[in-house]
Amino acid sequence: MREFDIIVVGGGHAGCEAAAAAARMGARVALVSFDPARIGAMSCNPAIGGLGKGHLVREVDAFDGLIGRAADAAAIHYRMLNRSKGSAVHGPRVQADRRLFLAAIQRMLGEQGDLTIIGGEAAELRLSGGRVTGVMLASGEALHAPATVLCTGTFLGGTLFRGEERLTGGRIGEDAAHRLASQMREADLPMARLKTGTPPRLDGRTIDWARLPEQASDAEHWTMSALTPQRINPQVFCAITRTNARTHAIIADNLDRSPLFTGAIGAAGPRYCPSIEDKIHRFADRDGHQVFLEPEGLDTAMVYPNGISTSLPADVQLAFLRTMDGLERVEMTVPGYAVEYDHIDPRALGPDLQLRALPGLYCAGQINGTTGYEEAAAQGLVAGMHAACTVLGRAAPALDRANSYMAVMVDDLTLHGVSEPYRMLTARAEYRLRLRANNASTRLTPLALAVGCVGEERRTWFGAREAARGQWDEALSREVSANELRAMGSAMRADGARKRLAEWLAHPEAGMAAIAPLLPDCCDPDSELAQELAEDAAYAPYLTRQDAELRDLSASEALLLGDGFPFAEVPGLSNEMVERLSAARPRNLSAAGRVRGVTPAALAALLVHARRRSIAS
Amino acid sequence: MDTIFALSSGAPPAGIGIIRITGPAARAALQALVGRVPEPRRAVRADLRNAAGELLDDGLALFFPGPHSVSGEDMAELHCHGGRAVIAAVEAALAAIPGCRRAEPGEFTRRAFANGRIDLAEAEGLGDLLSAETELQRRSAVAMAGGALSRQAGGWREDVLGLSAEVEAVLDFADEDDVAGLSADFHQRIATLQSALAKALAAPHAEMLREGYRVAIAGPPNAGKSTLFNALVESEAAITAAIAGTTRDVLVRPVAIEGIAFSFVDMAGLRDEGADEIETIGIARAGQEIAAADLVLWLGPEGEGPDGAWEIAAQCDAAGSPAKSSPDHRLSAVTGEGMDGLRHALIAHARAAMPKAGAAALNQRQRALLGDAAAALHDASAMRDPLLVAENLRLARHCFDRLLGNTATEDVLDAVFGRFCIGK
Repeated sequence: MREFDIIVVGGGHAGCEAAAAAARMGARVALVSFDPARIGAMSCNPAIGGLGKGHLVREVDAFDGLIGRAADAAAIHYRMLNRSKGSAVHGPRVQADRRLFLAAIQRMLGEQGDLTIIGGEAAELRLSGGRVTGVMLASGEALHAPATVLCTGTFLGGTLFRGEERLTGGRIGEDAAHRLASQMREADLPMARLKTGTPPRLDGRTIDWARLPEQASDAEHWTMSALTPQRINPQVFCAITRTNARTHAIIADNLDRSPLFTGAIGAAGPRYCPSIEDKIHRFADRDGHQVFLEPEGLDTAMVYPNGISTSLPADVQLAFLRTMDGLERVEMTVPGYAVEYDHIDPRALGPDLQLRALPGLYCAGQINGTTGYEEAAAQGLVAGMHAACTVLGRAAPALDRANSYMAVMVDDLTLHGVSEPYRMLTARAEYRLRLRANNASTRLTPLALAVGCVGEERRTWFGAREAARGQWDEALSREVSANELRAMGSAMRADGARKRLAEWLAHPEAGMAAIAPLLPDCCDPDSELAQELAEDAAYAPYLTRQDAELRDLSASEALLLGDGFPFAEVPGLSNEMVERLSAARPRNLSAAGRVRGVTPAALAALLVHARRRSIAS
Repeated sequence: MDTIFALSSGAPPAGIGIIRITGPAARAALQALVGRVPEPRRAVRADLRNAAGELLDDGLALFFPGPHSVSGEDMAELHCHGGRAVIAAVEAALAAIPGCRRAEPGEFTRRAFANGRIDLAEAEGLGDLLSAETELQRRSAVAMAGGALSRQAGGWREDVLGLSAEVEAVLDFADEDDVAGLSADFHQRIATLQSALAKALAAPHAEMLREGYRVAIAGPPNAGKSTLFNALVESEAAITAAIAGTTRDVLVRPVAIEGIAFSFVDMAGLRDEGADEIETIGIARAGQEIAAADLVLWLGPEGEGPDGAWEIAAQCDAAGSPAKSSPDHRLSAVTGEGMDGLRHALIAHARAAMPKAGAAALNQRQRALLGDAAAALHDASAMRDPLLVAENLRLARHCFDRLLGNTATEDVLDAVFGRFCIGK
């Protein structure tokens, strides 16, 4: 039997971040995977980031996580989504070469302290005294640790669907973890099923690229990780094609062969990422849908057609593909499929992603009902970090809805549960003006440093950045008048009144360009730090207004409900309210207010009862 | 949880005294005083006795089982004779039951709120209902307690939510061709909402209902202000004498005329010289009263009164009273000449200005929140960046949430429930 501090089961995005975070903090970590060579594989689209998702990547990066650096190492196409809108909703996104991404993840894991990779199936959880104390491998070897993090993705009870075909497994050609799934079901954990899907992969050599509009990588120099000094790979372009009336006719004629419509798949899929048969069924009035043709790598001809995930039979897939512009002679390398898998009702988890009913067991990623690499990576980080904090006796970082998308996601999951795969959206973050993708380091790296989750390179980088911030603060405290700014060439109304440069930075007539000539040499107005400071200034009036809201919030967060709060005993709560609250188990009044469907009256009842209890005790 | 009780009818001595009891021990209280728990919602005649078995009174008892009672808990009512000693004896017997105590102000309504029977705006309306003294106040309070404002604000919140959803789709799904931009009527919908809020804000206020339509009587010293004031309030509230400067301070008297609440305000005469120190302060206050009044009756020289004041030719019985060429009203408070005409004119005028029966009249807290919401909507329509449009819509939504109590914090609840009399 081997001893560890933390065992991570699963080598996807969640598992890798969980293992690496715990190892960075100094824990002895085992990472168990069916096939160590596949650790770090991207199983669906070859892209990292996007709206809301880019924020998560930057946040994981601020904790010195892997995904941002691996994305840069593999990036062959950069694009800033929502560029024309306010910076808080800019969404950095890259196309990643699969091979390079996997290689980067594996290299980083290899450099990550006390981290042992173990090939094999985690067949069973080992239980002792109501706690999870490790896992039993299918080989018969026992691994022991006070904390286990399950990051099994779609492998838990996974079934693949393609037309009339059924395969068991989490990904095409790979086994599913069925023994573990049945043990979880037997443990009476609240389990349910969800589905997701993936499109066919195309042979790029059979696509007529010349006929299709191109989308080039953007020309700027930003990167996903703060530690990546510059873009390194050659940049490729994507192309855009569309479905048309003929495509739709073929799909509509064959809906009876799609497991989504025959009733074979009962589970809910993501509304935000529907299959092409869903799109055609639900939006019958539309005459076409955009399809992005995304190259999967530099040394492969494989192309990912984004927008047409499907579980139709392979012959139908090929037929409808060939109706589209540029794809008339296309060949598929792997047909698309749908996968249905087990997940845990995340309301059974605490904010540390630990199962309340099985202490010592943490869950992260698709097993919690989410979709997406970035969502998985962020949960892996949160779970790995909390597990390590518990084992190493450290205080967990104070993540909340006002400082991170990660906390928004964990809060949403653990309070609301899921009815479809959960995807990050900026709309979910009520304080998103302060949660920008480009200020993630400022928001979170201090927390990461405090919890000991940061390597030497980032520590040095962040120290230098803080020093630069100090210089900026000093420079921005200088007082000048509008007349002085006019003298430097700004078109402003003449006025002798003096204001600090920080105020001019926020002034609608001035801004960074106007004050740039007055800055010392050490303050580069084109740096990313300068941009962050300018955005802070622009959003400042809103942030001030939010501060009042946040004070209210922290007041109701201070009213703790406690772990065993007897919701059923609160007078006046309807059965429905008791049920919702008991499932979500909010820790404080503020969280109770976020449980879906809880009425103001119910909240008031809770408030009164909680007050009374705290007075009584 | 404690069981609370209070006298819910008027102060003793009165013809009848109704004591209400709410909470888990309501059954026990009936058992203790009446010897049994009556069939739900049926009045039964009962002897009321204390723990020693002494007969306290002969009355009625009712039982309302929770959670469908007005407080959401088990409730009981004891109807007894309204003498002080009887009430005191019944209350003492109740207080002797374990877990039973006298209610704090507003506590009955607070329980109804805490048990989800009413929302915050309804509770505020209920508070108004209980303190309503006029027919118009009563009708408005019924509307509020019945959820008129809640429905309206809920509707506005839904409208804003619809707008938010559109902006959020633009922000989060910009790169998917299935999401178009904002709909063509987006800004029109904000404007419609803004004008609905502006209308609600411009409508007569709840304070006007509660405090009455405020009529200030102003003019130079010795113009007959106090005499007119007394005639209007039909009492000798203000001392009148033919000495200039008799009224040194401000007198306010609430009166209901034909179901409409008025507050008449008598004040020091306005003069520039000859006033002593106290009278000078009185004159300054008079100036404030004129500014705060809904209507000024001007008894001074024609054309010198504040804007919008009614020109009154008072003392028309007295020879040598200052003549007005075209007064709005010519009257004598002493003989009563012209007084009926003035009263009718005041009633008609006030009725037009007061909140309409059945409409939601907003109090200051509610107006402040709607004002914030209106400001946020204004900003939303002025912003080009959809991110800031979205933030302003979120702020507006937050205001409606607070209005309805969705974000109820303790201080708001205290402010709302502190106004209730005990036992309501």
